[in-house]
Order: sequence, then structure tokens, then C-alpha cells
Amino acid sequence: MSDHKIVVGLNGQTIHAQVEGRLTLSDFLRVDAGYTGTHVGCEHGVCGACTVVVNGKAVRSCLMLAVQADGTHVTTIEGLAASDGTLHPVQRAMRDAHGLQCGFCTPGIVMTLAALTAGDAKPGTETLKAALSGHICRCTGYQGIMRAVRSLTGDAIAGELA
Amino acid sequence: MKPAPFDYVAPTSVEEACALLAEAGGGATILAGGQTLMPLLALRMSQPFILVDVNRIAALQGVTRGDGATRIGPIMRQNDIIADPTLSRLLPGLVTATHHVGHHQTRNRGTIGGSLAFGEPAAELPATAVALGAIIELRSTRGIRRIAADAFYLGPYATAMEPDELVTAIHFPDWPPDTLIAFREVSRRPGDFALVGLIGAVVVDQGRIARASMAWFGMGPTPIKARQAEAAMIGQATAGLDVRGIAELAIADTDPFSDHHATRDYRLTVGRRIFAGTLAQTLDLRAAA
Repeated sequence: MSDHKIVVGLNGQTIHAQVEGRLTLSDFLRVDAGYTGTHVGCEHGVCGACTVVVNGKAVRSCLMLAVQADGTHVTTIEGLAASDGTLHPVQRAMRDAHGLQCGFCTPGIVMTLAALTAGDAKPGTETLKAALSGHICRCTGYQGIMRAVRSLTGDAIAGELA
Repeated sequence: MKPAPFDYVAPTSVEEACALLAEAGGGATILAGGQTLMPLLALRMSQPFILVDVNRIAALQGVTRGDGATRIGPIMRQNDIIADPTLSRLLPGLVTATHHVGHHQTRNRGTIGGSLAFGEPAAELPATAVALGAIIELRSTRGIRRIAADAFYLGPYATAMEPDELVTAIHFPDWPPDTLIAFREVSRRPGDFALVGLIGAVVVDQGRIARASMAWFGMGPTPIKARQAEAAMIGQATAGLDVRGIAELAIADTDPFSDHHATRDYRLTVGRRIFAGTLAQTLDLRAAA
């Protein structure tokens, strides 16, 4: 058993922590750092609920150790909206398109879409759809999520968000 | 915490990593991308005493051109392989196959070396390494050795790697620029392991097949080279090629298993069909299959 000092940039704040080697990043985020918006479903990389953004890339936080996040920048769902509460474009699109019901899988899906549409990236609908294959949603049947995706890529079908 | 306790070490050099592996005497496990190992740790199917994280070793990264071959660092992430313009030009078969590995999110962490060393029989990258003639470079405190991917796989999840060895490079030999790539995978959902998969490289010279190298995945305990089919194809004219006959020979080299995803018979039937169809499509023989 080993303990490690880590420094993680988490949602714009610098966090110093001491973690056991076997602590997963998802447990670190939820239990140690208190960001419980990162949901933990299967805990072995299948469901995608725990997806967060590490150094700009969407990754499963249950498949990474907290100690491996040392020196990285991590963004969770709590880090997306502006400080005045203005929603991130992906959050807005998911709300407007009814892209969620129970909301358990939603933080992971939003983080994947946020990572892929960050900055000047203009991914197509098919690229985002392929990336969504890494998430399991048991409520929506994915149609609302795909409406949100189409509104993000400019492929919205006339009237579908009316 | 789900994994059993272990000591975590993150060496920054190959020498340091090899020393740790030697010292552990088989009690260490190497952590590369972790996209397979982390679930095994979470389920406690893997309980190492020491976890050697090789992600901070700069010498295990990157793509370099060598003498008639391309060297890929084993900790290159799968999505970085897909995005690499040099690899898209030199090894389009590797890039195509890598698109089918896991999901976007796991490819952001998963590495080529980790996938090759794990040796999942239904995975894309081991079969790709076999089909493209890759050489796997292993290092330990005892020295360096190179093994052809074809000889690397001994059984399901069993490779020629010793417990004190680390994959330090994967060398892919150059193929002619006009090499045709055959790729087909049948799986229930995107990102699933293949029920049946096939990758191959074919060189056609003046209407005749000059070289052919084809490997199956998900069709036996290891990646399986379709040796009889390759031998039958070499020297043949592509026009009028008996793709169904060659598919029969390709199937004869396989030994698929039955599991809760598909039966042996299903895999044989689908394998026969996709081999013939994919070969015909690769050679642009529209009517043949």
C-alpha cells in the first residue's frame, strides 16, 4: 500500500491531496474533493457515467487512478457552467432537447460532448454520435440526446426543437 | 476503494522500470492505458503487489521512422494513432483497425502496447500486428529481444512476454504505398469486442497477387494467420479469383469458440462470408462474392 501527494487542477482550482495508490479518480473526485456530479455506475469502464475531461480529453474517471491525475487539469460537470450560472452550450442543448430523464448518465454525456466541441472544434453529427456509443442511457432511448447533438452541430431538423 | 491494496510506482525511465520489474520477481503488473487493467483491478481479478505505471516514461512515446520500418512507442494512445498523419499515410491498416478499439473515451487513455501485451483474442490490435508483420521489442534487466507478433501470442491472454519484461517498441515494417487493406469486424454494438474480425494486407502487381497477409481476430485462442489462404492467393490473377474457395481455406486455419455472445458455428459461418466478401471488395471484384 502506498500514499502519494498529488496536485490537481480541478475546475480551475488547485487541489493538494494525499491519496492511496489504489484510489480511482472517480472516487477521489466524489469522496475527497466533494464533486459528486461525477456519477459512478458500473465502476469498470462500461457505462460512461463517470466521464470527466482530463487535459482536454474525455476519459472514464473509474479507469484512471487519482495518483495518475497528478499535474493534470480535470474538469467535471460542476466546472462547465459560468460562475453566474449561465449554462454551457452543451448543457443548454441537452435541456432544450429533453436529452435527459433521470439524469444519472447525463454528466458523462455532457462531458464527452463538451470535450469534443471545445474551442474551435467543429465535429460533425456522426463523430459525436460515434463518441456517444461510449455512454449508456436507460431512459431516453437516445433520441433526445441526438436532438441535442444535432442542435450543437447545426444539423437540427426543422421544427424538432419547437 | 475497489482494487485490493498495492504499491504504486511511476518510474520515468525504461531502466528504472525494468529494475522494478526484476526486483518484484513476478509480483508486479505494468499499468499502461489501464482501460483493461483497471476493470480487472476493480473486480479483484488482478491483485498485484506492485503496480508499475509506465505512463511517465518519455522514451516509450512517439513515432519514429527507422530502416524500412516505423517504430511506435508502446504508450502511444489509440486516439493519437488515429490522429497521426504519418501513421495514416504509412500504416492505414493500423489506423483503420484502431478506430474499432473500444470507445472514443477509452481510446483517449488506451495504448497500443497495452493492447498488444494483454493479448485479448478478440481484440483488433494484436491481429493487426500479426497481419502487418510487426515486431515487438521487449526489454528487461537481462537485455533486449525482438519477437515477431506472429510468434508472440501463445493462447488467450498468454504471450511470450516474461514477467520481468516491458514492451519498449513496436516496429511495423514498410508496406508498398499501394498496398490494399482489408478490414471487417462483426460485433453487436460499436465498441464491443469482435464476434468475428479480419484484417489483411494485399499487394497486387500487374493484376496478380504478389503478397498477402491476413489475420483473424475472435476466431480462436490467439490472433490467427490465414496461412493456407495466403499461400493459395499468391501468384493468382485477381480477375476471376475464387474468393469463396480461398475463404474456405482461411476458415480451415481457425478454431473459434462458443460463448454467450455467439456459437462456434455462427463464427465459422460469418467468418466464411466476411472473408469472401471483404477480399472481393478489397480487390474490387464486384461480381465475385
